[in-house]
Amino acid sequence: MTPFAVTGALLVALGLYGLIAGRALLRRIIAFNVMGSGVFLMLGALGWHEGRADPVPQALIITGIVVALSGSALAVGLVVALARATGRQHLRDDVG
Amino acid sequence: MAVFDLLLCALILLVAVAAIVGKGLFRAVVFFVIYGVLLSLAWVRLDAPDVALAEVAIGAGLTGVLLLGAVGRLARSDADEPAEPIDWPVAVAASVVAALLVGAAIKITPGTGLEPEVRAVLTRTGVENPVTAILMNLRAWDTLLESMVLITAVIGLWPLAQGGDWMEPAGPAHHAQPGGVLSGFGRLLPPVALLVGVYLLWAGASQPGGAFQGGTVLAAAGVLCVMAGVVRAPGMAAPAWRLALVAGPAVFAAFGVAGLAWGGFLTFPEAWAKGAILTIEMALTLSIAVVLALLVLGPPQAGEAR
Repeated sequence: MTPFAVTGALLVALGLYGLIAGRALLRRIIAFNVMGSGVFLMLGALGWHEGRADPVPQALIITGIVVALSGSALAVGLVVALARATGRQHLRDDVG
Repeated sequence: MAVFDLLLCALILLVAVAAIVGKGLFRAVVFFVIYGVLLSLAWVRLDAPDVALAEVAIGAGLTGVLLLGAVGRLARSDADEPAEPIDWPVAVAASVVAALLVGAAIKITPGTGLEPEVRAVLTRTGVENPVTAILMNLRAWDTLLESMVLITAVIGLWPLAQGGDWMEPAGPAHHAQPGGVLSGFGRLLPPVALLVGVYLLWAGASQPGGAFQGGTVLAAAGVLCVMAGVVRAPGMAAPAWRLALVAGPAVFAAFGVAGLAWGGFLTFPEAWAKGAILTIEMALTLSIAVVLALLVLGPPQAGEAR
């Protein structure tokens, strides 16, 4: 057991909090990325055993990192488009 | 080294908290970049240098540039948000999730996983790096579809361009101060990055590296050139860029279909595996570099200067 698995678990929860509680959409994109990398860290750390890392989760994680970037890029594009069209950086429901 | 690991974990968590609940969007992005760099250190500690390279290049580097660019473009409205009060119901729910996940992390006993199985067939995959063997041979399906997901993201992003901008160069117009840091580094770093990118691609067969890490470094070099005003950003008007966009998946799929002659889609015969994987990786690196650069630069905004 490495401390990294527990850290990964905590990062997932932290990202989840930011994803729900964050107002600014850009902040939510950051939280989504923290949540994702928390999942990766948990997966990778649990596949680590006595100085050897399981290569299968590693390949999955590399795939995941690249897909997370493409998702983030699309999300950032939408946030910028929203700000350009309405001047807002958060969803209407969140303005309380 | 247990103390180092614990300190690193504590630092990662602290920086992540600062990125998520700290004041100001710009600061949040800076903390997120630091978070990515620290996380890649964690990957080195977990004996996963391939993941460490991907995390520092993509997770911290390109995502950082993407987010910083967005903060810059949003600055004119209300980017300087005040610190948000803690949302207690959500905090409680997240704590429950944290407790459950930590419980699971402690309960699962790490075993050898699939490592022995991968080692057993490694000599027949055509490459010596087990991670590259999985990405390019054993689970080539995942990688083929992933390279198509990247193109899908570009296709999803481009309709956000306004009206007649579609064919314009990607992203807003960039103006670097002549003689400034950006225009200096924009000329100094790309040749080095080019060398590192190609090296990572070549080394990936036997050492940490590969098409994704190499492609990312090349994309970063391209983005830097564009931001420094050295070259014009790629656009959809030139067929060459569109060809570069699909070359990787197309070559990959072609080799996959050729594999049908040896028993199945994406099956590489042992004698040809190394050549096939290297050819696919070269085409894939080109496509990944172009796709990632386009994703980070964003859809064309001819009217808007950064």
